Amino acid sequence: MKRFILMAALLLGLAVPGVGMAQDRATTLRVVVHANLQILDPVWTTAFITNRHAYLIYDTLYAMNSRFEPLPQMAEGHEVLENGLLYRIKLREGLRFHDGTPVRAQDAVASLRRWMARDAMGQRLGSVTNAIEATDERTFEIRLRERWGLVIDTLAKASTPAFIMPERIAMTPANTQVTETIGSGPFIFVRDEWRPGNRVVYRRNPDYVPRAEPADYMSGGKRPLMERIEWLYIPDQNTALAALNAGEIDYYEAPPLDFIASLERNRNIRIVSIDTLGTQGLIRPNHLFPPFNDPRARQALAHLVRQEDYMRVVVGNPRLYQNFCGAFFQCGSGNDTAVGSEAFMRPNIDRARELLREAGYNGERIVVMQPTDRAQYNAATMVLVQSLRRAGVNVDVQAMDWSTLLSRRASRNPPEQGGYHLFITTHGGPDTAAPVSNIWFNSRCERANPGWACDMELDAMVADWARESDPAARRPILERIQRRAWESLPYIPYGQYTQPIAVRANVQGIVAAGMPVYWNIEKR
Amino acid sequence: MWSYVTRRILATIPVLGVVAIVVFLLLRLSPGDPAAIIAGDNASLEDIAMIRQQLGLDRPLLQQFILWAMQLLGGDLGNSIYLSRPVLGLIVERVEPTVALALTTMVFAMLLAIPMGVLAAWRAGSWVDQSIMALSVLAFSVPVFLIGYGLVIGLSLELEWLPVQGFVSFAEDPMRFASHLVLPTVTLGLVYMALLARITRATMLETLNEDFIRTARAKGLAEPRVLLLHALKSAAVPIVTTIGTGLALLIGGVVVTESVFAIPGIGRLTIEAVLQRDYPIIQGVILVIATVYVLVNLAIDLAYPLLDPRIRF
Repeated sequence: MKRFILMAALLLGLAVPGVGMAQDRATTLRVVVHANLQILDPVWTTAFITNRHAYLIYDTLYAMNSRFEPLPQMAEGHEVLENGLLYRIKLREGLRFHDGTPVRAQDAVASLRRWMARDAMGQRLGSVTNAIEATDERTFEIRLRERWGLVIDTLAKASTPAFIMPERIAMTPANTQVTETIGSGPFIFVRDEWRPGNRVVYRRNPDYVPRAEPADYMSGGKRPLMERIEWLYIPDQNTALAALNAGEIDYYEAPPLDFIASLERNRNIRIVSIDTLGTQGLIRPNHLFPPFNDPRARQALAHLVRQEDYMRVVVGNPRLYQNFCGAFFQCGSGNDTAVGSEAFMRPNIDRARELLREAGYNGERIVVMQPTDRAQYNAATMVLVQSLRRAGVNVDVQAMDWSTLLSRRASRNPPEQGGYHLFITTHGGPDTAAPVSNIWFNSRCERANPGWACDMELDAMVADWARESDPAARRPILERIQRRAWESLPYIPYGQYTQPIAVRANVQGIVAAGMPVYWNIEKR
Repeated sequence: MWSYVTRRILATIPVLGVVAIVVFLLLRLSPGDPAAIIAGDNASLEDIAMIRQQLGLDRPLLQQFILWAMQLLGGDLGNSIYLSRPVLGLIVERVEPTVALALTTMVFAMLLAIPMGVLAAWRAGSWVDQSIMALSVLAFSVPVFLIGYGLVIGLSLELEWLPVQGFVSFAEDPMRFASHLVLPTVTLGLVYMALLARITRATMLETLNEDFIRTARAKGLAEPRVLLLHALKSAAVPIVTTIGTGLALLIGGVVVTESVFAIPGIGRLTIEAVLQRDYPIIQGVILVIATVYVLVNLAIDLAYPLLDPRIRF
C-alpha cells in the first residue's frame, strides 16, 4: 500500500505543472500544423506551410477581403495613371522591419522583382511590366507595356503573394534561398527555438502597426494579441487529437474530417470554419497520351464521376461538402457558374462507354497512380478506380507514396515507360477561384502543370478575361471559359469541401481568412 | 584482449563501407524526387528542374557517390537537402530524446524482466510461471502503437496524470522530462521486457538443472543466494547477449514510439527524411545507427569475461 501511495504521489508530482507554465499558457497559442516547416523562403517554394509561416513574419502590399476585393495592406493606396499603364503605390507611414529599419519603397521594389521571377502570377505581371521603380522613400511605380486588369488583384493574392523583405535580403537571386527571416509582419520568428520536425516559435512584434480597419479575410488590422505562438508538428493524427482533448494544444489546423462529428460533441472544443471557398478535388488526366489526349475520353471520365460518391468517402460529414459543384472556379466564389456542367451532374456510364469507343479506347491498360500515404487522395483514387472498372476500363492501379507520385507525375514518358494516365490531387483558395491563377486550369500545353492540358483556344479566353478589368464585362467571358472547359476538361472536378479547424473553447477571435492565420486570436 | 578489440574495430570499417554503398544505392534507385517535394505541390517543372540542378541531383550516380564518400572520409555526413544544415548537427539535436528513451526503456525492461524470468524459472510449471509467460506473450504480441494509444487514453485522457505527447529536455525541467518519458518508456519497454523475461526464464531453467546448483543447495545455501548469486550469474551471458541484439528491436520500436508520442528523436527524423527523400539524413542516420549497433555488441562481447571467467580473448 505504501508503495502504491508513493507511486501515485510520484505520478502526481510529475503531472502538476508549475505556476509559471500556467501563466505562459495564457499568452501562448500552441498549434498543431499540417506539415513540417523546413524551408523558410516563401519565394523559393510554393509549400503551404512556408506560405503560412511567411504570413506571420512578413506583410503584403495588398490583401483580399471576404468579397475577394483587393484592399491596401502595407500600401496606403494607389493611383492608376496614363490610361491604366502606370500604377503609383504609396506605402503607409510608420512601417518597420523586425530589425528596426523602416520599410521603404526600395524594399518593396526589390521584393516584387524577386517574386516576379518565380511566382506564376508574378511572372504574368512581369510579362506586361516595363519597369518598377521607387520614386521616393514611400512611393514606387509599376509601369506596364500594355493594359492589364489584374495588377492590384495579383499583388493581393492570398497564396504565395509578394511578401515584402528588406532590400538587402530581397536582392538575393530568386533561385537562391534567403537565409534571414526579417519581415515587418505581426510576429517575429525565434530562430534559436526552431527545432525542425518538432517546433517553430514566433513572438509578438511589439512595433507592428496594424491597420485601423477590422480584420476581414486577409485584409484589415492584423493585431498580434498572443505573446507567443508555438507551432508543433505532430504527424500522428490520433496523438494530435488526444493532445487537443487533453488541453496540451489550443489549435489543430487540419483535424481529420472523419473525427469532426465526435469533436463537435466535446464541449471544450470548437470546430470553426475558416475557409469560405474550400478545397476542390480534381482528377488530372495525362493529355499527352491516348486515350486522354482526346477530349471525348476526358468527357467519358467526367460522365463516370458522381461527386457525392467521392465526397462521402473522402469527407464523410455532409455538412462539409456539396453534393455537386459544377464551377471550375469554385462554388461560392465571385466566379461561380455552373454553365456547361449540366450534362455531368449525374453519371452516365453508357455515354461514357460510347465516348471512350469514339476516342479509340479498346481495352488498353490505364495507369492510375494511387498515393497510399495521403488518406484523402487514396480514398478518392479508389472511388475513381471503381467507377472506371464499372465502365469496363482495364485499370492498372499503381500504389506509391506521395513523394514518388510527385516525381512521377512530372514524367512525360508514355504510361508503359514510367508515365501515367491519371492521378488525383486537390487545390483551393482564391487562386483556384480565378481563371488566370488556377494553375491546374492552365491549358498552355508544355507550359501547363503535369498532365499538360493543351487548349490554346481556352487559354486565349483566359487572357481576354485577364485583360478586362470591369467585372460586368468579365462575366460573359467567364461563362464562355466555363462552357469550353467542360468540353476540353483540363481536369475533372470531383467535389468541393471545406477543412475546418479545431480549437479549445477558450480560443477566440479567429479570422476566417481561408487559411489559418494567427493575428487577432486571444485566449479567454 | 587489446588486439581483439583492435581487430573488431577494424572489422567494422568494411561493414560500414558496405552499409554506406547499399544505403546510397537503395535510396537513389528507389522512386521519389526531393526537388519536387521542396518545390511544393504547385511548382512548375522548370522550378523543380532548377532545384534538382542546385542540389546536384542531376549529376551521374557515380559522381554523386564519390562526392558523398569524399565527404564521409573527411568526417562530414553532408547537409540536409531541405534544411541546408549539417546532418551531424541535426542528429546531435535529436540524440537526447532517443538516448533518454532507449536508456529508460532498457532499465525499465531489465528491472521487470529479470526478476520475472528468475521467478518463472524457479516456479516452473506453476501458475506463477504460466501467468508470467502469458503476460510476456501478450506484451510481445500487441503492437507498440496499440499499447501507446491505450496508455494515452487511460493515463493521459481519463486520469490526466501524464502528458499525451512531446519531450522536454532534462536541462530545461527534470520533472517534466521524467513525466514526458513515462508513457513512451512503458510502451516500448513492455515488448523488450517480454523478450528478456522469456530468455531469462529459459537460461535460468537450464542453469537450475546444473550440478553446481544442486551442490549449492546441498550445502544448505539459502534459495535467494542460490538463485541470484549462483544461477543468475551463470545464466547472465545469454541474457546480456539478448540485451545487445535487442538493440535492433529497440531501434525499430523507437521509430514507432517517437511517432505515437511526438518525440523529436532520431526515429522521427528518419521517418520524415524517408518520406521526403532527404538522402543525406537517411544515409547519415543509418551509418550512425550501424556504428552504434556494432559498438554496443563489441561492448557486450567485452563484458563476457567479467560475467564468466572461463571466456578469454
